[in-house]
Amino acid sequence: MSNASPVRDEPAAVKWTVIGLAALFIGLFIVLPLVNVFAQAFVKGWQAYLDALVEPDALAAIRLTLLVTALSVTANTVMGLVTAWAITKFSFKGKSFLITLIDLPFSVSPVVAGLIFVLLFGAQGYFGPWLIDNGWKIIFAWPGITLATVFVTFPFVARELIPLMQEQGTTEEEAAVTLGAGGWRVFSRVTLPNIKWALLYGVLLCNARAMGEFGAVSVVSGHVRGETNTIPLQVEILYNEYQFQASFAVASLLALLAIVTLLAKTALEARLVSRSGRH
Amino acid sequence: MSDMTLDRTTLVGTAPPTAARRQHSVIPGFGLTLGLTLLWLSLIVLIPLAALFVKTAELSVEQIAAILTAQRTLNALKISFGLSLAAAAINLVFGAVIVWALVRYDFPGRRILDGLIDIPFALPTAVAGIALTTLYAENGWIGSLLAPLGIKVAFTPLGILVALVFIGLPFVVRTVQPVLEDLDHELEEAAATLGAGRWTTIRRVVLPAVLPAFLTGFALAFARAVGEYGSVIFIAGNLPNISEIAPLLIVIRLEEFRYADATTIAATMLVASFILLFIINGLQRWSQSRTGRTA
Repeated sequence: MSNASPVRDEPAAVKWTVIGLAALFIGLFIVLPLVNVFAQAFVKGWQAYLDALVEPDALAAIRLTLLVTALSVTANTVMGLVTAWAITKFSFKGKSFLITLIDLPFSVSPVVAGLIFVLLFGAQGYFGPWLIDNGWKIIFAWPGITLATVFVTFPFVARELIPLMQEQGTTEEEAAVTLGAGGWRVFSRVTLPNIKWALLYGVLLCNARAMGEFGAVSVVSGHVRGETNTIPLQVEILYNEYQFQASFAVASLLALLAIVTLLAKTALEARLVSRSGRH
Repeated sequence: MSDMTLDRTTLVGTAPPTAARRQHSVIPGFGLTLGLTLLWLSLIVLIPLAALFVKTAELSVEQIAAILTAQRTLNALKISFGLSLAAAAINLVFGAVIVWALVRYDFPGRRILDGLIDIPFALPTAVAGIALTTLYAENGWIGSLLAPLGIKVAFTPLGILVALVFIGLPFVVRTVQPVLEDLDHELEEAAATLGAGRWTTIRRVVLPAVLPAFLTGFALAFARAVGEYGSVIFIAGNLPNISEIAPLLIVIRLEEFRYADATTIAATMLVASFILLFIINGLQRWSQSRTGRTA
């Protein structure tokens, strides 16, 4: 990283002012909020912290979050692989437009993401009356929460895979097919080993977002304690009831998840770089 | 599987049908994977988004106009777009400082600082929201320092700005950083050899090269901020016309069963997002053509 060059260096005073400002800004806007989460969570000590986590409503929220995340991450992983295969192994018209459409959920406000499913499946929605007649509940229940989560995490896996698979090209797969391998064998024996780290990276990011999604889930959940509250919604309810310590204790689980995700991401990026270095 | 037979003939050199819509490939699964992709995309993304526009189109033009020109709607949109613009501008300035420090200087703790940039991406918005609110409340770590100066951040529009700066920062940094890293050092050295001062070199050589990336980062941060909900609603105070953001107004109208209002505001914001997406795509192409790298 050291790229010292006499003509490209600024005076030391400028250098350290820039570094100082950068550190100050990051400290103030990023480190302090993060530290604050844990400080508030432990403000009454370990016992209160643990009590807040094993409280029945908190446990129910954790269970619901795990269920919703398992479903939506699985769906988006399988479909992310399918999508990346279609986009990178073949050439067809409208490909770049298709990629834009896949990225679309990133530019939709989470609240709008929730609203669209209410418009379809809510009591006043297009399919609402039919669902009610058949005794199915989507909005204000786990299926709606899952749908909204699938929507907001839709692009994560595909967008990690597409650039890498594009770069890797199709020659290895073509060779395998020519040697007589079937589609599934080509995928599992040739493609998958080439993309495993990028796939894991995408799954990790997808998982973090799925567990932490707030806006979209908030609109479709109905906020029933112990039933339709995910972890972030439980954080909100506790906070609004002025149970700050309990709220931060539950929130610390999500903060921990964020930290673990970033550490894993750093480790994976090192692997991704060394991999693409060989190609 | 009929694809396979066709492809094998292409492989041995038989002329492919001229009406072919794709280059033939020996790799199987084109129809299956593209079909599933389009089905999944339609079910999860396209049809639900279309429902929003269909629902809005059921209203008359007068109804839509009345909803959008209502004082509370106008103010919510003004607050959302105005503060998002301000936050993106702040991130542009401090993002530039941070990127320069991370890319150009070696100092202890650089890698840790670099890793911390992604926290706003990874930290769930509700967690960021309550953490920022507690920090900036009058008895909080930062709020208690600002209170004697007469500055109130939490539960004012200033609080919204703080939350939007928090969530927008990584967009600017992560967009500009790789472009500055890839910038050819020889250009700057050439400029210096030709007698340009350091400031002139940065302004005339470095800035034009990284400008498209900066604009892309700005647009990404702005787009994200406009739709942001979780990190804002705790710190905003949520007073109608003063500190009520547009996404919150959508939620409020929905809870009041005023579906027409909720969908109209949502459709407006969605159109704005699409326009922004279009601009961002254009900026990225510009950046790529200038530096040969994806921003």
